[in-house]
Amino acid sequence: MSNALKDLLFKMADDALIIGHRNSEWTGIGPMLEEDLAFSSMAQDKIGHAQALYKILNDVLGEADADTLAFKREEKNFKCCQLVEQPIGEYDFSIVRQFLFDHAELIRYDMLTQSSFQPLAQLAKKVKGEIKYHVMHADTFVKLLGNGTEESKARLQTSLNYAWHLALGIFEKSEFENDLISENIFAGEEELKKRWLQKIIPIIEAASLKIPATDESKIVYGGRKGFHSEYLKPLLDEMCEVVRSDEATAEW
Amino acid sequence: METLDPRIKRLSLETSTEVEKTNSHLITYEVFHQEKRGKHVTHVGIVHASNPEMALVMAKEVFGRRGKTTNLWVVKTSDVYTFSSEDEEMFETTPEKTFRDPAYYKVRDRIEKFQNKNKV
Repeated sequence: MSNALKDLLFKMADDALIIGHRNSEWTGIGPMLEEDLAFSSMAQDKIGHAQALYKILNDVLGEADADTLAFKREEKNFKCCQLVEQPIGEYDFSIVRQFLFDHAELIRYDMLTQSSFQPLAQLAKKVKGEIKYHVMHADTFVKLLGNGTEESKARLQTSLNYAWHLALGIFEKSEFENDLISENIFAGEEELKKRWLQKIIPIIEAASLKIPATDESKIVYGGRKGFHSEYLKPLLDEMCEVVRSDEATAEW
Repeated sequence: METLDPRIKRLSLETSTEVEKTNSHLITYEVFHQEKRGKHVTHVGIVHASNPEMALVMAKEVFGRRGKTTNLWVVKTSDVYTFSSEDEEMFETTPEKTFRDPAYYKVRDRIEKFQNKNKV
């Protein structure tokens, strides 16, 4: 069972770490002061979630400490989905990504509050409120820009179309799917995807946007098994630059 | 926008598919912060936003990012009514009216008591 748990925790933690790092790239260059602050704070929250998940891996499942897991792993050992690796692009893409990703996060953590694995159930109860705000934030901007000018609407739709098959890659099944379900640890990616679609479709419609057509063959899988886009390696190199420059004494 | 108190609009942002009336340009909203349930809300500053929903979302991180927060209020700056600054003279003599200050009566009572005692 510990391999199934590790797989679940690593993919959640790596998603949070990588999207947290990506979103922090907006710090200082956000579209307006208030939004700069908000987006930066949410990026910090994500890195906090990653840290808490790595800590469970360390405390309960015998993995290395959080810093080692975050900064000293090879690219192929990261389990994040390819959606979170994508560059921040323009603001429309970053908002659409937040919308698609955080709705899935909120439902995932909500499902995990019922998990038979107590450390995860407790963490889920603790961070749900934070993710609720991330979702509110994304919904607000998606509705605002979707119902805004011709340009804002077109930009949002283009980003939504681009992000759609990447976002469906969030729900790539692991080889441990059945174990997680039968042990009541997590109700599974299929269930999560179903609830996610139910939740986001009315909001996409309220934003006057079209729901992109799903082509199963275009869904971007691979991230959960260590196959990543060309964008992850440069991100890891940058993120780990300090710790690699002075392995012996770098402290966080 | 469900609420038990019809005077207050509570935005249930998480489930809302409603689109708030939006201004094409950013306007300002005054932000009020409530630390604990039942405590007064205190004016803390402004945010820029194009509708009340965005104003609340922005206010949460600008003014609720540190310490304790129970709730926030936002009010369109243009919905605030105030006196003209030229009329400030209306308030000029108020500090002299100590008889309106409860502390004044305590002192008054003690003086009278002292005077009565020394009458004989």
